[in-house]
Amino acid sequence: MKDTDIKRLLYTHLLCIFSIILSIFIPSFFLENFSILETHLTWLCICSVFVTAVNLVLYLVVKPNASSKRSSLSYKVVRFLKCCIYFLMSCFFFHVIFVLYGAPLIELVLETFLFAVTLSTFTTVPCLCLLGPNIKAWLRVFSRNGVTSIWENSLQITTISSFIGTWLGAFPIPLDWERPWQVWPISCTL
Amino acid sequence: MRLGSGTFAACCVVIQVLGVALFLRGFFPAPIRSSSRTEHQAEPPAPEPSAGDRSNWTKLPPPLFRKVVIMLIDGLRDDFVFGCVWGVKFMPYTTYLVEKGASHSFVAEAKLPTVTMPRIKAMMTGSLPGFIDVVRNLNSPALVEDNVITQAKAAGKRIIFYGDETWVKLFPKHFVEYDGTTSFFVSDYTEVDNNVTRHLDKVLKRGDWDVLILHYLGLDHIGHVSGPSSPLIGHKLREMDSVLMKIHTSLLSEERDTLVPNLLVLCGDHGMSEAGGHGASSMEELNTALILISSAFERKPGDIRRPKHVQQTDLAATLAIGLGLPIPGNSVGSLLFPTVEGRPVREQLRFLHLNAVQLSKLLQENVPSYTKEPGFEQFKMSERLHGNWIRLYLEENNSEVLFNLGAKVRRQYLEALRTLSLSLSRQVAQYDIYSMLVGTVMVLEVLVLLLLSMPQALSNKAELEVPLWSPVFSLLFYLVFLVLSALHVIVCTSAESSCYFCGLSWLTAGGVMALISALLCAVVSALAKVFADGRLLRKNPAHPKARWSELDVLILLGTLGHVLSLGASSFIEEEHQTWYFLVNTLCLALCHELYKNCFLSDDCEPQPCSHVEQGLVSSEPALWDRNIHCNVSKPHRVSKSPTSLDTLRGYEKWMVLASPWVILTCCRLLRSLNQTGVQWAHRPDLGHWLTSSDHKAELSVLAALSLFVIFVLVQRRCSLTSKVAMALGLLGVYCYRAAIGNVLFPWQRDSKDISKPHNLPVLVLSLLIQTLMTKFIWKPLRHDAAEITIMHYWFGQAFFYFQGNSNNIATVDVSAGFVGLDTYMEVPAAFLTAFATFAGPVLWASHLVSFLSSETRRGPAAKRSLHRPEGLLTRWPCPVLSQEAPSGSTCGSALSHACFCYALTCSFPVSAYIILVTSLRHHLFIWSVFSPKLLYEGMHVLITAAICVFFTAMDQTNTKS
Repeated sequence: MKDTDIKRLLYTHLLCIFSIILSIFIPSFFLENFSILETHLTWLCICSVFVTAVNLVLYLVVKPNASSKRSSLSYKVVRFLKCCIYFLMSCFFFHVIFVLYGAPLIELVLETFLFAVTLSTFTTVPCLCLLGPNIKAWLRVFSRNGVTSIWENSLQITTISSFIGTWLGAFPIPLDWERPWQVWPISCTL
Repeated sequence: MRLGSGTFAACCVVIQVLGVALFLRGFFPAPIRSSSRTEHQAEPPAPEPSAGDRSNWTKLPPPLFRKVVIMLIDGLRDDFVFGCVWGVKFMPYTTYLVEKGASHSFVAEAKLPTVTMPRIKAMMTGSLPGFIDVVRNLNSPALVEDNVITQAKAAGKRIIFYGDETWVKLFPKHFVEYDGTTSFFVSDYTEVDNNVTRHLDKVLKRGDWDVLILHYLGLDHIGHVSGPSSPLIGHKLREMDSVLMKIHTSLLSEERDTLVPNLLVLCGDHGMSEAGGHGASSMEELNTALILISSAFERKPGDIRRPKHVQQTDLAATLAIGLGLPIPGNSVGSLLFPTVEGRPVREQLRFLHLNAVQLSKLLQENVPSYTKEPGFEQFKMSERLHGNWIRLYLEENNSEVLFNLGAKVRRQYLEALRTLSLSLSRQVAQYDIYSMLVGTVMVLEVLVLLLLSMPQALSNKAELEVPLWSPVFSLLFYLVFLVLSALHVIVCTSAESSCYFCGLSWLTAGGVMALISALLCAVVSALAKVFADGRLLRKNPAHPKARWSELDVLILLGTLGHVLSLGASSFIEEEHQTWYFLVNTLCLALCHELYKNCFLSDDCEPQPCSHVEQGLVSSEPALWDRNIHCNVSKPHRVSKSPTSLDTLRGYEKWMVLASPWVILTCCRLLRSLNQTGVQWAHRPDLGHWLTSSDHKAELSVLAALSLFVIFVLVQRRCSLTSKVAMALGLLGVYCYRAAIGNVLFPWQRDSKDISKPHNLPVLVLSLLIQTLMTKFIWKPLRHDAAEITIMHYWFGQAFFYFQGNSNNIATVDVSAGFVGLDTYMEVPAAFLTAFATFAGPVLWASHLVSFLSSETRRGPAAKRSLHRPEGLLTRWPCPVLSQEAPSGSTCGSALSHACFCYALTCSFPVSAYIILVTSLRHHLFIWSVFSPKLLYEGMHVLITAAICVFFTAMDQTNTKS
């Protein structure tokens, strides 16, 4: 049981990484002059869309917690809508935090917001997929020793590491190497 | 000997201040100064040397040139004139003059910092403005050193100046006529130069001046805006070329009437980097063009003169000779010999002698062992030869011998000048490694001592033993002392260069050595103690491994990260970003902890927490370790603070939840109030918006509001009389602002901020944050003294930058030193300035004191939380100490813990930075970035020492009462 879980986990993560790589390469076939550095806005959009899609698909295919016994349509719709609202809220929440961290308030709003969206696709969407719109469960997972399954464990690790990665990514910004990737959100995204 | 840890820390920091001061003295070489700089008139010029007594040349030689025009083009790097890309193409007339005309061209090498004002100083005084000069001259912008302009004015020359107003500030009342243009609007590159050129026709026609100085800014502005490869550069160079042609032809036509040659100097103050800026030390920034044009410099056809490399400081001596003035006393430059080549040999030798006398005098005054200098020996020899030559000459011995001897003397003199000038300028650029080393050793020993005594000092007793007087240590002490003294003698007798530490009296040096050895002994004993404790620790493995909470990890990582970031120049430039980032993260972490407490306490209410209660009652404080929090889980916190979170309901709970966000918002607001740093410093910020003259109403409202809020925030703690007094005081502050700013005068007087009125909100928000933190975060969360101290330290640092400071000397608000003073008084002004600059850290430190003392007064529950031995820093160490400590400790121990932590957190970056600077001393940015930061760090240590002493004093009074 556990082995199969680990195997599935591995596959899902590989797929996620694969989707990110795809999001780098695929658009260059469709769009002209696409590159991560210059048109990073488009890339941010595409990347977040890809990751969300992959996450959703994976969730539907794998279904790690087969808990949804009552599966009436209305319940599902409500659940989906709730998820959407949570997602949006998390986007705004991240946006506010970025601004508090010193992102410019008025200029570059679009960049900041897109970056918030990307970060929330990496953190909130898997959480939503796994745990559903349920604050209690979230709190349980993210407090110490509250993890029950290996899925939740992996979720905890990915989320926290993406936060830390973002946090660390902000460090190179003040360096004056004057490289193109030092423009505001890029380094944090990586 | 037993010492309280607060006292101990204060002593350590005071010693550290000594060490840092010594290091600074070694790192910043003392500027070369001539002692007789003020009474230069009284000093007769050196007479011509002669073997007999028949020489009649005792006066200064007459001027070589009648009129001198100095045309200074900002940012004129050498290849703008001499290179084929720009010079040949865009400056045809200049190129013609350089290649065929009566001129001498040089590549003048500027020294750091390649910024306009120090460069002007260097060109006019001939000295090298050291870094320390920048600090020394903060008070008065006018140049007080001996310089060519002052000399010329004293000699009755009429000087006219047009161009950059830096000159007007440097030389007030020196010019009979001037028109300064500000270099503030960088994007304007036509108007600044037209402002200069428009006077030209009129002035050139008039003959009533002797020196004309033109400073063109346009080229530099173009460089700043669009870089050296921009097509605008070409246009600008062409324009400059035409100006030069105009001046030159006018001078030539005048010469035809008077038959006395004039001099036209075309020079640049600094170069331009490939990116278009300047200030650093790349070749493009250092090399400037220098062309001397005069009909006196005739040349035969086919005489191709390559531009020679010379020093920028040579210009001062050359100008002084050319104008018939005494050479400025601090000049380290040597005469540009080609300018006097056309004169008779006797005059040539005379000029060279004057210059050599001046340089050797400077050497004598600055180098104690000057007789050993090769330059001085050469000078003495050439002076002897010169005397012989004069004798021969006066005997009218017009033979081949005279000519040959003259050539030899000249060669000797030139050689001597070169050596003298070189050794003098090396004096400025040399690091005094020995002093630096001694300082570093002191600082490091203190740091190690602090680190080693940490477990002991942070234990409940807050006392530690300093076993200085045991026989073994006294033996060790004497041994080390002897070795060090011997070393000192060896180093000082063998050193070729001058050394400050060797220059100290033997008693002082011996004292320092004794201090160092005593510290070493203390370190060794502390080390031995730690080892002994470690062995004990291994004997009882029952001690549970301590685990750190996220906050502790964050604090440690943040401190380490900050120290590491000091290694990169751009991180130093943007250090405020690091602090803002850390403070924000700290707030979020606090927020996380707060929320966890709030929500989880609701969830876990039913669980009994008897175990923890036992732990609370039991006398073994080791149980307080945080792993218990983790294993027994959250209700622990609830039990620990039964008064705080549970009882908070409704409104207060919301306040608690909202407070981190309020603090974050405050930080964000403050951040946009003053943009500092380098990269983003030009961004418009709220501070500028407020100080600009059209927003005076808003500013007044804001100031009044802030003062009112300050009153409201502070008044709760005060008695009625102090309330009234404070209200009156604040009213007075407002009136003062109104008197100097709002009503009578504009905010900006002499284009300098009289004060920073917009910084009042910083104070307000700081007080607000302090109140919030105290009320809603620290009290409920019950951190220990160490954590609270470090948080205070972080906030203090962040507020240092919120005030608009940066690691750049330019942001020091000197005007604060003049508040309430009529004239410049050095001590109070320096004190006020230091206080105003470091207001943030000082404010937070004093808040720390008041918070901790109020907390200890509030009863045993709070006391226990503060005195828990499981403090952040004691987490790794021995339980033995904490076990032996009694649970009910003295009142002041929190304060002494705090003092100790404060000392440690301050000394850690300083020590790391000192080592770093020593290893990076040949870095490109050492003068522009690292040195100011070093000064700031030194000042910070001083302030820290003061704070620690204050802490200790508070501690003592607390224990007594």
